[in-house]
Amino acid sequence: MKKLNAAAIGAVLMGSVSAPTLAAAENLTLCWAAWDPANALVELSKEFEAESGHTMNFEFVPWPNFADRMLNELNSGGKLCDLLIGDSQWIGGGAENGHYVKLNDFFDAEGISMDDFAPATVYAYSTWPKGTPNYYALPAMGDANAWFYRRDWFERDDIKAAYKEATGQELREPQSQKEMLQIAQFFQEREIDGKTVYGAAIFTERGSEGITMGVTSALYPWGFKYENTPGSYDMDGAVNSPEAVEALEFYKEFYETATPPGYTNSYMGESLDAFKSGQVAMAMNWFAFFPGLYADPNTGGDKIGFFVNPPQNQEGSTLGGQGISVVSYSDKQDAALEYIKWFAQPEVQAKWWELGGYSAHNSVLNDPGFTDSAPFAGDFLEAMGAVQDFWQEPAYAELLLAMQKRVHDYVVADQGTAQEALDKLIEDWTEVFEDEGKL
Amino acid sequence: MSNGTMDRVASATPPRVARKVRGLSDRAIAWIFVAPTIFLLLAINIFPLIWTIQLSFTDYKANRIGREVKNIGLRNYERILTDTDIWLNMQATAHFLFWTIFFQVLIGFTLAWLINRKFKGNDLWTTIIVLPMMLSPAVVGNFWKFLYQPQIGLFNYIVAFFTGKEPSSFEMLGSVQLAPWSIVIVDTWMWTPFVMLICLAGLRSIPDYIYEAAEIDRASKLRQFFTITIPMVLPFLMLAVLFRGIENFKMFDLVVQLTGGGPGSTTELTSINLKREAFEKWRTGYASAYAIILFVTVFGLASIYVKALNKVKER
Repeated sequence: MKKLNAAAIGAVLMGSVSAPTLAAAENLTLCWAAWDPANALVELSKEFEAESGHTMNFEFVPWPNFADRMLNELNSGGKLCDLLIGDSQWIGGGAENGHYVKLNDFFDAEGISMDDFAPATVYAYSTWPKGTPNYYALPAMGDANAWFYRRDWFERDDIKAAYKEATGQELREPQSQKEMLQIAQFFQEREIDGKTVYGAAIFTERGSEGITMGVTSALYPWGFKYENTPGSYDMDGAVNSPEAVEALEFYKEFYETATPPGYTNSYMGESLDAFKSGQVAMAMNWFAFFPGLYADPNTGGDKIGFFVNPPQNQEGSTLGGQGISVVSYSDKQDAALEYIKWFAQPEVQAKWWELGGYSAHNSVLNDPGFTDSAPFAGDFLEAMGAVQDFWQEPAYAELLLAMQKRVHDYVVADQGTAQEALDKLIEDWTEVFEDEGKL
Repeated sequence: MSNGTMDRVASATPPRVARKVRGLSDRAIAWIFVAPTIFLLLAINIFPLIWTIQLSFTDYKANRIGREVKNIGLRNYERILTDTDIWLNMQATAHFLFWTIFFQVLIGFTLAWLINRKFKGNDLWTTIIVLPMMLSPAVVGNFWKFLYQPQIGLFNYIVAFFTGKEPSSFEMLGSVQLAPWSIVIVDTWMWTPFVMLICLAGLRSIPDYIYEAAEIDRASKLRQFFTITIPMVLPFLMLAVLFRGIENFKMFDLVVQLTGGGPGSTTELTSINLKREAFEKWRTGYASAYAIILFVTVFGLASIYVKALNKVKER
């Protein structure tokens, strides 16, 4: 009996020491946006289920409602999600409001090193305060805003000749923002195969984050900065710099002269629809959609080409992508951590890329065969080298909605000037930071 | 319940309970019956109102649980009342309110007047006309969005047919000039039947003998319309205006589906802006002050209006 007791105590002790890796079988729920990579993750997670014995459930919310739905869930201390692949901008709020579990001790215990992931993704998706070694997420899905175009149209001799005649230049993948506008304007209302087509599909959505993501894709290549000195919140002269004004005017011109009619409230879905229906020559969207676009039987394959957001004064792409976090209100944190440990493995990351997810793991990105593994892989690497993200402050929603309003008022509703829009934006942001006690 | 059943129930009441109930005054019994309702009213109406008033003087944010809540006095009210963007939202709301009510009363009364004349198929037409108000605003918003689509929308094609313009040459939802009118058109399409039904009730409540007396006095049809029909339907019309006014002041779903408040902030009505402040920006204190201002505005206007309505009814 004594022997038995000792063995039992020993077993209990052993179990408690290795608790994070031997959690009892659980029903885990992972929350994310409803889009192509989410389907890939469902497929990938089957391996985790087989290995761990845990069951994975998924709560995928369409993008326009994703932030509302998930932030409400977090703010109310909801237990729906055990794991959350939250947008990069939520990291500040997630950390400061105690929604996300801090992962440093777990990473140390399990030998997960952030040096194994692309630095830009670690900075953007994992750290708070920015750039400090305080990790609240594991980089899960690298992403940036980029472009795709009708390669079959660009390669047609009659169209190439018409472009040459109209502009004196060769029709090619644009090398600058201004060249891209010129190409879009060339295609605007052009007859191709008896159908009127338009220049490009860009983001103009008002309700969530659409137009901000679109406008920043012009602002960053012009050299836009949020602050004169990082961390100082001194925005005057940075946010409304002459370069920023020029970039915003550029985006408005793009909207007015090179987009389809009625394109006043469009985001990811509308961009994909416009392209797949043969309505536009070019479109902006997140890399996440590129595998699906390439596989499309009508407009994919040889008919589609991809290019990184073109530079103007400098290279610059709007950052997308997300990190995966453990929700602090979850009762199944051990099992959730087990999932992150599994997901961080190089072989799982390789499979993730293979299935259509964008791994941020160096073992995948630095693989010699990576750039040839997909037609857009090289562009992805290039984009991730020059990404910029929106504010990641806890008050990010207020900051974002202020920008949505100011730029939509100017670009789509044609109210005021670019200078006024950016000046007002500084006023709004200043008020937010004053309320936050940061100014 | 038959007397026999009542007697049986009464006799089944234990004497102790019966004695107790017999000892209660009518007033006490009334309170026992009313108390649950009063409790519910306090819990779901009065308490939140008082709490909202209290929050409106703070910088509270519902998404920042651990954050210190500061009392900032009238700062939220001052910010709202001096914010030019909020006044633009108020203007957009006033434009929507005025024109929807104007068109709904005009068309609703005309339809009611026509329907009130006896003709074959009268009931069928009434049913067809009231169909739009039976639909969900979300559904109406979505299908009108398709109708307004500049390239494939039926609305643009109909306008193009009559004006000779290109269908894709104008955007009902994307144009700053046309978007405010596009939401007025949809709301009018949906809610005119409601005004029509109220007007119809008013018209049918006018006794025939009044018109017969007017005929004997040789009053013309026009005279009858202005001296009998309009004055007698007026209280009903005013009631319809009150209902539609209150409803449209808090209009949200239909406009969100149609324009999302855009383009820019052209159709951002106060309720849409309030929702953004409260549940997207999470400025709970600020949004509470905003809600109180709107509440006082609606309550004040409605009180004045109800007094006017009572005066009309007394005439």
